Amino acid sequence: MDFDFSDEQRMLKESIEQLINDRYGFEQRKKYLKEPAGFSRELWDQYAEMGLLGLPFEERHGGVGGGPVETMIVMEAFGRGLVLEPYLATVVMCGGLVNLGGNEAQRNAILPKIADGSLMLAFAHSEAQSRYDLADVAALAKRDADGWLLSGEKSFVAHGNCADQFIVSARIAGERNARDGIGLFLVNAKAPGVTRTSYETQDARRAARLNLDGVKVNSNDAIGDPGKALPLIERIADHTLAAVAAEAVGAMSAAHEATLEYLRTRKQFGAAIGSFQVLQHRAVDILVALEQARSMAFYATMMAGEPDPAQRSKAISAATIQIRKSGRFIGQQVVQLHGGIGMTLEYKIGHYFKRLTSMESLLGDTDHHLAALARAGGLIAAGA
Amino acid sequence: MDLRFTPEENQFREEVRAFFRTALPASIRKKMELGQRISKEDTVTWQRILNAKGWAVPGWPVEWGGTDWGPVKTYIFREEMQLAPAPDPLGFNVSMVGPVLIAFGSDAQKKHFLPKVANLDYWFCQGFSEPGAGSDLASLRTSAKREGDHYIVNGQKIWTSRAQHADWMFCLVRTSNEGKRQEGISYLLIDVTTPGLTIRPIYTIDGEHHFNEVFFDNVRVPAENLVGQENKGWTYAKYLLGHERVGIARIGASKYRLQRAKALAQTVMIGDVPLGETERFREKVAAVEVELKALEITQMRVVANARHLAPGAADPTSSILKLKGTELQQATTEILMEVAGPDAMIHEPEHLWATATTPSIGPEWTTTTAADYFITRAASIYGGSNEIQKNVIAKRILGL
Ligand SMILES: Cc1cc2nc3c(=O)[nH]c(=O)nc-3n(C[C@H](O)[C@H](O)[C@H](O)COP(=O)(O)OP(=O)(O)OC[C@H]3O[C@@H](n4cnc5c(N)ncnc54)[C@H](O)[C@@H]3O)c2cc1C
Repeated sequence: MDFDFSDEQRMLKESIEQLINDRYGFEQRKKYLKEPAGFSRELWDQYAEMGLLGLPFEERHGGVGGGPVETMIVMEAFGRGLVLEPYLATVVMCGGLVNLGGNEAQRNAILPKIADGSLMLAFAHSEAQSRYDLADVAALAKRDADGWLLSGEKSFVAHGNCADQFIVSARIAGERNARDGIGLFLVNAKAPGVTRTSYETQDARRAARLNLDGVKVNSNDAIGDPGKALPLIERIADHTLAAVAAEAVGAMSAAHEATLEYLRTRKQFGAAIGSFQVLQHRAVDILVALEQARSMAFYATMMAGEPDPAQRSKAISAATIQIRKSGRFIGQQVVQLHGGIGMTLEYKIGHYFKRLTSMESLLGDTDHHLAALARAGGLIAAGA
Repeated sequence: MDLRFTPEENQFREEVRAFFRTALPASIRKKMELGQRISKEDTVTWQRILNAKGWAVPGWPVEWGGTDWGPVKTYIFREEMQLAPAPDPLGFNVSMVGPVLIAFGSDAQKKHFLPKVANLDYWFCQGFSEPGAGSDLASLRTSAKREGDHYIVNGQKIWTSRAQHADWMFCLVRTSNEGKRQEGISYLLIDVTTPGLTIRPIYTIDGEHHFNEVFFDNVRVPAENLVGQENKGWTYAKYLLGHERVGIARIGASKYRLQRAKALAQTVMIGDVPLGETERFREKVAAVEVELKALEITQMRVVANARHLAPGAADPTSSILKLKGTELQQATTEILMEVAGPDAMIHEPEHLWATATTPSIGPEWTTTTAADYFITRAASIYGGSNEIQKNVIAKRILGL
């Protein structure tokens, strides 16, 4: 057993943390929010230069051949900085779908462009009615002479505002929530019949609703075997949850540190408020919640590559449950311990709370994962 | 011992309910039902409707426009108002500055201010907290120096809710640095349009211009705007803590949120089953309902006990109401968040403000859920944080 990072991993961690420290101060972040796409294009290019955008891809696709641990390192730093760039959508989700599900021609066409920062993608999957059921896809793909015609609506496309291309899930056969019959298609954002409505989310990020009205795609723009996409979608959803677990841990630890600093410096009743025992205990409760979350983020990272999908999903659900529990407690308590200033948009602590809150409904809320884990028999087998 | 309301009390409830049904303007009711923000105009309109009926300030003495309802009926009235659902009259006016003026104000002050406070002709804000004086309010430093028949005020207040709407501020200022800190504080009424007073907005995490910083640079306040005696302001401010505890738990508002959550959960599908039919959800809501019922009965005990107390005296049990009441308000916002799910994360402030001209991305009702959750976190911070409440209970009730 070894929780130590390799030398390369340590270097990656240091360089990304340095970048976030230097470039993602709270005031700097406010400027990025005001850019047209709601994040910093310049930093996106810088991530490309550092190799972050090709992190999980092979070298022949312009990548650096990193694994889940490298993704965890990057996402944790991004969580600390409340980073706005569409890394999760472009690299983890769409990069992952193409890398693991696409053919060699698609990998060659797309992955190098993700890696060099010239192409952004977003995953258009959730629909208004689907909530947390990954198999619930009502958008339709109809056979057309030399390809497919897509129609339907995707209500929540994270970072869909800035995507050059979408990966759209649509049903080629079966009932609305049948496991079989789902296909994935690459769709140019400017293709005729594509309408996007961009909007902001509660954590100051951007997303879009996508309307597809008979959008034409070629046969070779289908990712994998059309009709058999659900296992790939589930795999990428698990990778995403593992990445978000690391991001959450970054956000929680930064919020925890800022709160400790506040407890040491804020004075009331002639003393630092950190000298009040009830607040000391609360800070310890936060630490316990944080370390429980950190452990489960490691677990998610280790299990993200597990070949048996049932084992993988069970582990990811378990990690997600802990992350949500810790995230809610820590988000609420860091605000509480800051008093009035914790409630303002002018101070960073409330933004950590909001980001942690918005993670709670990403790819399944706590109850969804609890039900899934319980259905799968939990983590510990019944004794003889 | 009888936990039931008397026939007369039940009849009163019917009367109040009928009034709310007809008197509450439909546009305000709709905003309240959807959890949308109530504008200044809405608050003023509604308070004036209540005042015309004689119900804006039920806790005040009859001679100042109040009622002789007593605690039980006042409680019923509050609950029905929250369930209507109608906006609260402005608390700063009705429950804070009004009662202080009634108890400690001069006749001239009462005559001038009370009718305007009741009718919301004057909007009051509360200038207590300062950057260095939050929980430790007695350490406040904004100073008022007597010069002839004026006080000259210098300093800064912060977290002043709705100062941007206000005509007046009731303000705690330091008039002496001698003796105990609490004994050098005075209670002043300040016209916010006085030269030297500036207001800077501060936005809360729900995106609203909720509160402000207020700066005083040689603000001249006529000495006649001092309430009671100089250096006795702390006593007047503390008097409020024993006053108007009825309704502080906002049980009606929590009940209304649960009613709403249960109805909306029937419209959200988890696979083929409405969320509201799933066991997990039902059990979770039921658990909160149990706590709410317990607190409701605790509140009734406080209400019923009020007739045994000396006028103005506080029931120690009432401290529990704020503590548990805010926890349950927060719990109910969390339940609504779970019902709204991912749609709650869509940020469409124009829908929160009821100014939208296009349909929302998700269902309309989900556009207010996150804002409600975010701002309700403040309930355990303002008015004495829950940590401070516990300190007070430990000391005063438990004698520790
Ligand atoms: C939405 C909102 C509206 C408000 N509106 C107004 C208004 O209109 N007018 C006005 O005057 N004020 C207003 N306030 C201010 C409010 O009263 C203060 O925020 C509150 O008194 C806490 O003070 P503080 O923010 O300085 O926090 P601090 O007092 O610095 O407290 C920080 C943390 O330390 C804890 N703490 C402090 N002392 C102790 C102790 N002895 N033991 C244990 N824990 C302790 C607190 O509970 C809190 O968790 C508002 C606040 C909010 C959030």
